[in-house]
Amino acid sequence: MIPMHYYLILSAALFFVGVYGFIARKNLLAVLISVELVLNAVEINFCVFNRYLYPQQMEGMFFSLFGIAIAAAETAVAIAIIMNIYRNLQNIDVRHIDSLKH
Amino acid sequence: MGTSANLILFWTLAAVIVGSSVLAVTARRMMRAATWLLFVLIGTAGLYLLLNYHFLAAVQLSVYAGGVLVLFIFAIMLTSANGDRTEPQDKRRIAPALLTSLAGAGVAVVAVMKQRFLYGAPVEGDTEINMKAIGTALMGSGKYQYLLPFEALGILLLICAVAAILIARKK
Repeated sequence: MIPMHYYLILSAALFFVGVYGFIARKNLLAVLISVELVLNAVEINFCVFNRYLYPQQMEGMFFSLFGIAIAAAETAVAIAIIMNIYRNLQNIDVRHIDSLKH
Repeated sequence: MGTSANLILFWTLAAVIVGSSVLAVTARRMMRAATWLLFVLIGTAGLYLLLNYHFLAAVQLSVYAGGVLVLFIFAIMLTSANGDRTEPQDKRRIAPALLTSLAGAGVAVVAVMKQRFLYGAPVEGDTEINMKAIGTALMGSGKYQYLLPFEALGILLLICAVAAILIARKK
């Protein structure tokens, strides 16, 4: 059996690559892609803890399942907001979104 | 399957996931970033298969790789007027971002390595959860069953779909 640490370190790497992208990128869609990476890392962690520490139960798997569904809903709303911003400002650069009213 | 075959599979998937995620956050063209994200999502589905969560791997592929990524590609094509290229990276933001993520990764790795996990007793034989157990847990209202979150999630998805149409439509 693969040691649990391997999975946890892999998901930590994925999480912090997502954090890097969240801070460094300026395109709103690139920021959203980074958020997806972070969510994926968390879902891997749920499954690994479920499989290794409590193999008789399946709570971690259901958390991942619900997390995937919520991520899909969140992406739909975020992309709708990004489309609205693009329609108003003609670009989706985070530096240009500093005033709420136009 | 032997442990060494599992390890080879794990290292292959880990290389795909980490490499593709780094490329996804550094790619200059948004369409390429979305493609690298697809490889990360497929690699994650492979990890779920390696952990014997077959249903979750199928959900990951159909919802993420099939649904969310198509949304991303539509959004990229609709918002990339100037030749699909994002503006050049702001050099001042890379150093703090790199510092934050490396420090955080260091803390996380040290915390994981110092921890001793008490593994649960492994299940005998096939560890795959059969579909009937998943369906019963998802539709039951007893202890360790998930009817209420399932229904709440259905309402959340409906609200999000309506809200997305309301926000994104033309005035």
